[in-house]
Amino acid sequence: MSVLLFTFLVASGSFLAGFLGALTGLGGGVVVIPMLTLLFHVDIKYAIGASLVSVIATSSGAAAAYVREGYSNIRIGMFLETATTIGALVGAFVALLVSGSSIAVIFGFVLLYSAYLSSRHREADAPAIKASPLANKLRLNGDYPTPQGLEHYEVTGVPAGYGLMFGAGILSGLLGIGSGAVKVLAMDQAMKIPFKVSTTTSNFMIGVTAAASAGLYLSRGYISPGIAMPVTLGVLAGSLFGAKILAKARVKVLRYVFAGVIVALGAEMIFNGITGRI
Amino acid sequence: MTIKGWGDQRIEIIVGTLLRVGVLLSASVVLIGGMIYLTRHGHEHINYSTFHGEPENLKSIPGIAKGTAGFHGQAIIQLGLLLLIATPVARVAFSAVAFAIERDSMYVAITLVVLAVLLYSLFASGG
Repeated sequence: MSVLLFTFLVASGSFLAGFLGALTGLGGGVVVIPMLTLLFHVDIKYAIGASLVSVIATSSGAAAAYVREGYSNIRIGMFLETATTIGALVGAFVALLVSGSSIAVIFGFVLLYSAYLSSRHREADAPAIKASPLANKLRLNGDYPTPQGLEHYEVTGVPAGYGLMFGAGILSGLLGIGSGAVKVLAMDQAMKIPFKVSTTTSNFMIGVTAAASAGLYLSRGYISPGIAMPVTLGVLAGSLFGAKILAKARVKVLRYVFAGVIVALGAEMIFNGITGRI
Repeated sequence: MTIKGWGDQRIEIIVGTLLRVGVLLSASVVLIGGMIYLTRHGHEHINYSTFHGEPENLKSIPGIAKGTAGFHGQAIIQLGLLLLIATPVARVAFSAVAFAIERDSMYVAITLVVLAVLLYSLFASGG
């Protein structure tokens, strides 16, 4: 395939991935790696490198918009980033020890899990809880804007949330994805943080987590300019466009369709990993 | 972003601007590098199905700097990607300063841990 054709096709596919990722809230990175490996027969190491930088681009681009709205909690984010960044370093080192086939299989299971999570997507918040002593000590409690004015929330389950975040960091460093699904799970389920706060805080953590392993991947030669250029620009443009029309779009059906696509890709990654084709 | 006492609004605006400028700047650099690369190498054939690893001048910071000075398209793309990786790092560094101004020593320490991990990844092995 010529460089021009490859660039054009990968940029178009990445645009679509970023667009659907923003509309459905699943993130574009999660389909970029299967697209590159299954469709374009790119080695999974190059695919991981390209996906990582595109994850940083979309996270920073979206965080720039969210940060003004006052939902994200910088203390929760920074505290948990000590777990995700160290986890990401661990993941990037583990990646050296396991084969591309095993990474493909693990990736497939993460895809299936992401699709499962998105199918039971909800926006209702758990009833308010009392803060745990550790949450008080770390001053994680906060306020966020609602139509009725500022609403106070308290945080609990800090050790469990921290542990899950460490796992999210390992997955991010190993697979080159944002692990947004695991991050929201940690904050939403374990720490009982309101949905709006956990999604926006998770989003801004994703870029920092990805940056923690991107430097290592760059120096290992995984980040190839010919692949990362169309992927990053495509995903970024697609996600900005998706975020723009998000307010008007009816995404329920789309979310199910996209979840179906992800299940199919996950199954194919697992199959190709087990049969040694990746 | 609720940093109390130093003007929440101001910090939010600075962080938002920092992120937006970082992303726009790096995307523009990647685009410029991409144009040069496509103009010069657009009709060559590529195959990424086996991993070779990028050459030294596209994976180390000094190599990328040298290639950029020589106006190499691929090196300029890598420079843009480096700027992209540096954007969250700059944001964490800024948070450390904001916590210091608030005299919140616990969160200065927490932020410096995150910053140390990021700088390690970027520089320790990138020489």
